Amino acid sequence: MSAVTVIPSVRGTDAAAMPLRRRWNGLILPAALILLWEGASQSGLVDARLLPSLGAVAARGWSELAEGRLALDIASSLGRDLAGFAIGSVFGILAGLALGLSRTLDRYVGPTFNAVKQIAVFAWIPLISVWFGVGEAAKVAFIALAAFTPVVVNTWAGARSVPRDLGEVADVLTLSRWQRLIRLEIPSALPSIFVGLQLGLIYSWLATVGAEYFMTVGPGIGGLMTEGREHFHMDVVILGVLLLGGIGLGLNRLAGLLETSVLRWKRF
Amino acid sequence: MTDHGTLEIRSVGKRFDVAGQTVEALSGIDLSVAPGEFVSIVGASGCGKSTLLRLIVGLERDYDGEILLKGRRLAGPTLDRAIVFQEHRLFPWLRVEENVALGLLKSTLPAAEKRKLVREHLELVGLGAFAKAYPAQLSGGMSQRVAIARALVNRPDILLLDEPFGALDALTRAYLQAELRRIVRSEGITAVLVTHDVEEAIFLGDRIVVMHPRPGRIASILPVDPATRQDRTSAAFAHLRETVLSGLGTGHPVSPGRLAA
Repeated sequence: MSAVTVIPSVRGTDAAAMPLRRRWNGLILPAALILLWEGASQSGLVDARLLPSLGAVAARGWSELAEGRLALDIASSLGRDLAGFAIGSVFGILAGLALGLSRTLDRYVGPTFNAVKQIAVFAWIPLISVWFGVGEAAKVAFIALAAFTPVVVNTWAGARSVPRDLGEVADVLTLSRWQRLIRLEIPSALPSIFVGLQLGLIYSWLATVGAEYFMTVGPGIGGLMTEGREHFHMDVVILGVLLLGGIGLGLNRLAGLLETSVLRWKRF
Repeated sequence: MTDHGTLEIRSVGKRFDVAGQTVEALSGIDLSVAPGEFVSIVGASGCGKSTLLRLIVGLERDYDGEILLKGRRLAGPTLDRAIVFQEHRLFPWLRVEENVALGLLKSTLPAAEKRKLVREHLELVGLGAFAKAYPAQLSGGMSQRVAIARALVNRPDILLLDEPFGALDALTRAYLQAELRRIVRSEGITAVLVTHDVEEAIFLGDRIVVMHPRPGRIASILPVDPATRQDRTSAAFAHLRETVLSGLGTGHPVSPGRLAA
């Protein structure tokens, strides 16, 4: 009976399926850079005040951690990043779905949104400072705005391209507006929504650093780096850079894991 | 005379505007389908047979004439008519059982009853073991069987089939044709099948409606003797096939039955 065959699931892109040797290929360049960095600072070719050694940065990290300051800085940055990202993506998904599913909104609001999104996100800082004051609210608002734009754009694109064929199935089955949204339109847009959320996560993390840099000084990784720069403590600055990169990477890994578990059906 | 399950199509016409020009897709269609009857519609591409099906199911609301079911003029889809398209059109993010349950979303039955109906209909199409699979894990033939279960789960009065096996290989197609015949008979459903496969039309139909294109119209209606369709290799089957093919007219290339012997 040829009609009964199950195609086994293939997970070609899964890291676990890759040969061990190839999985480490991506680590060669960072390792070489660290060696170069360490060699340069150890050999005395570069002024240790401009480029402190790996050991010095690690020692600084350890002492900041022991003082309890580092944990506070990381928690502050992560907290405002996630708060801003959550606000921005919730509004972004709602706005994107509305624009993608309502032809009227698409016609009347779409062009304006497309014009406004061309404004660089940092250009909003003066306005946001005036509207939201100089405290935490302004930073969160700025981060939310940074996450909002890519989430809207991608949700919008996803909601607009719900397959017509499947729409006809929903018509024939006389699904209600709500049933259609839950069973057809949102699941169909979900891969695009996740693209938007991934971008939103990157943008909001950048905006977190930007807010801490350009807005008022307070606890946070950006604040730590500003302080390090002012006191000419390059080890602190480099510590901040490493933390920003590492946490950003970690956040995106988490988002990727969430995506593969929600979009299970795409794996087959 | 209008029976209480009869599908009455009365002087139905349909026009499309294509690039500023009016194209007459259907003209003067008269057809009455009795309850429990299986009608096959054959015709060359562009003869409007799929359009006719879309009118009956309610996807196209704008047409001339009347389509009546149980004496009432049809306007838009309702759950007493179900359709199986040429492509399975399953929702890829829903498991097989959830796809079938889509047909029951509007039903007011208790949840336990719905689960039972879904299970029964998956058994009916022979896919009880695949309830938890995703569509992408199924072969084309299996997907089409899920689509049939989704269409039947509401227990519609009329099942419409738009070249449902056109995209399948010959063996799977022959197998599913036999399955479809068994299911439709056992459920006592009225069925209208659109196909360009003359053999399929004879094998499944009680009557064969031959359509001609430009504008789409009924050329002839041929009854199928139950004894004839039993055996695809019989002389009577071959003779009827020749009759249908000549009825389709030369100059309209139609596959003379794509089933490998």
